[in-house]
Amino acid sequence: MAISKIWVFAEADGDKPATSTLELLTKAREAGGTLEAVYVGADADALAATLGEYGATTVYAVDPGSALPGPVGAAALASLIGEHAPDAVLFAQSYDGRDALARLSVKLDRPVLTNGVDLRVDGDKLVIGTAIFGGNTLVDTEFEGEAPFLAAIRPKSFPAEPGGGAAASVVNVPAVDAGRGGEAMVLERHVEEREGPKLEEAEVVVSGGRGIGSAEAYGPLVDQLAKLLKGASGASRAIVDAGWVPYSKQVGQTGKVVKPKVYIALGISGATQHMVGMKGSDNIIAVNKDAEAPIFGIADLGVVGDVHKVVPALIEALKAL
Amino acid sequence: MNIAVCVKQIPDPAVPGKLDADHTLDRSGDPILDESDSYGVEMALQLADKAGGGDVVLVSMAPEGATKGIRTALAMGAARAVLVTDDALAGSDSLSTAKVIARAVERAGDVELLLTATESSDGYTGTIPGQVAELLGWPSLTFAKHVEIGDGKVTIQRQTENGYDVVEASLPAVVSVTAGVVEPRYPSFKGIMAAKNKPVDTVTVADLGLDAGQVGWAGARQQITAVTAAPERQAGEKIEDDGETYQRIVEFLENLKVV
Repeated sequence: MAISKIWVFAEADGDKPATSTLELLTKAREAGGTLEAVYVGADADALAATLGEYGATTVYAVDPGSALPGPVGAAALASLIGEHAPDAVLFAQSYDGRDALARLSVKLDRPVLTNGVDLRVDGDKLVIGTAIFGGNTLVDTEFEGEAPFLAAIRPKSFPAEPGGGAAASVVNVPAVDAGRGGEAMVLERHVEEREGPKLEEAEVVVSGGRGIGSAEAYGPLVDQLAKLLKGASGASRAIVDAGWVPYSKQVGQTGKVVKPKVYIALGISGATQHMVGMKGSDNIIAVNKDAEAPIFGIADLGVVGDVHKVVPALIEALKAL
Repeated sequence: MNIAVCVKQIPDPAVPGKLDADHTLDRSGDPILDESDSYGVEMALQLADKAGGGDVVLVSMAPEGATKGIRTALAMGAARAVLVTDDALAGSDSLSTAKVIARAVERAGDVELLLTATESSDGYTGTIPGQVAELLGWPSLTFAKHVEIGDGKVTIQRQTENGYDVVEASLPAVVSVTAGVVEPRYPSFKGIMAAKNKPVDTVTVADLGLDAGQVGWAGARQQITAVTAAPERQAGEKIEDDGETYQRIVEFLENLKVV
């Protein structure tokens, strides 16, 4: 029984579909067959044109009200899957995507594969590629048993390219009772002020690690350099865990994966879980006091030196250009 | 109120990982407490304290009766543990693991809140919190960077892509906490000594009323078809800073037309 119908769990970024959703739709189009989206959120009509442009012919829309979307999404998906029988449902490895995927796996009693960086349809099998051990080993895993196959894919695994399709038809679906799972309510939303581009989308990323010395050094060294280069600032897990910067800045296995044109690593030793998050960058510059730091194994330009000497001089030189 | 905490005991991350012949992670060394779970344990201890009492109960699934990581968490102040250990669990995927954990939480008794990490440091599937919540029939409040309980409710600040949301639900509930949400305490010498005698209820799959066919390789319903080395990224030039090396960086950026 071939894989002929694929669903994508669509998410919004403001009033547009999230880039990760468009990446999934682009990849799913390759399989041919029916491609549809399921969206849990308000105002599905605003997304329909773009979702269609990227390949979805239909978007099933559920408005969660103020309930946390993931659990509501899982309940709606279980019901819709019963009716429409897709062969695979793809989620982005996002906060809400993971919530929905997890609960859906229990509702349908189906296994999940997450952290996918590659996806292949092999006849009636779905194969998910993941990278383990800091990205130096690639593992292909195939689902066994019955459809639907449930998988989460890391953002930036595939390019997002429009296919030129017409707007998706919006099918509004009433919320399904999610039991106690649906009880979690969102009371307030806080959006962090952000200057400059999003970390995952920036052309230049400047990240700081323990080697910058203190929380106070982050602003003058990392933020300032990022701003001058019109980029975004990031961080290693070590300084996030130490409370120097918020988790939203974390680059790595359990943070964000970035693939900028230039990644500048300041005072970062290069723990494997960090490198997973940035080794796909086009160009890597590293500054670290320790000549043996693993980051130098992947840097295109490595400077063995003190960030407190190199970076201020670099900043002054850039300002003078 | 009793608070349960999922703790995973994992191969020491300082030692390079290896796969066994059946492509599962080599867990033959002495596993230690996953650092991600130390935040859950600390958060549980603080919440139990603020609530005026209650046990912090650890729930763990580990091969060969491993307890080193559990003893670390007991030394921090947890009261007791439920350890599920069974050869039938080898090869378990996240769904099977969640089934085991959910039963173990029920066995722990009288639990109002279950804390977990957002994902483990060795497997990082990241779905166990939601799967366990669904199996228990509880709400799940995930990616918490701040947690408060009171009046029979739990309220969290939930990390989002752009900031955070405030999310609330009634107890009992599952909360997954992000790393760095609290500073885990170091076990005291007294705590370490006391941990040796704290009860660890060691159970098998059958004790939990589960079928071996639902867990382990039998339950996983997935197959690893290829394992290959990734193409390695080569290093470029590496220079010792002589005070002027910043200019090489400027040049590099200019060549890329970034400046």
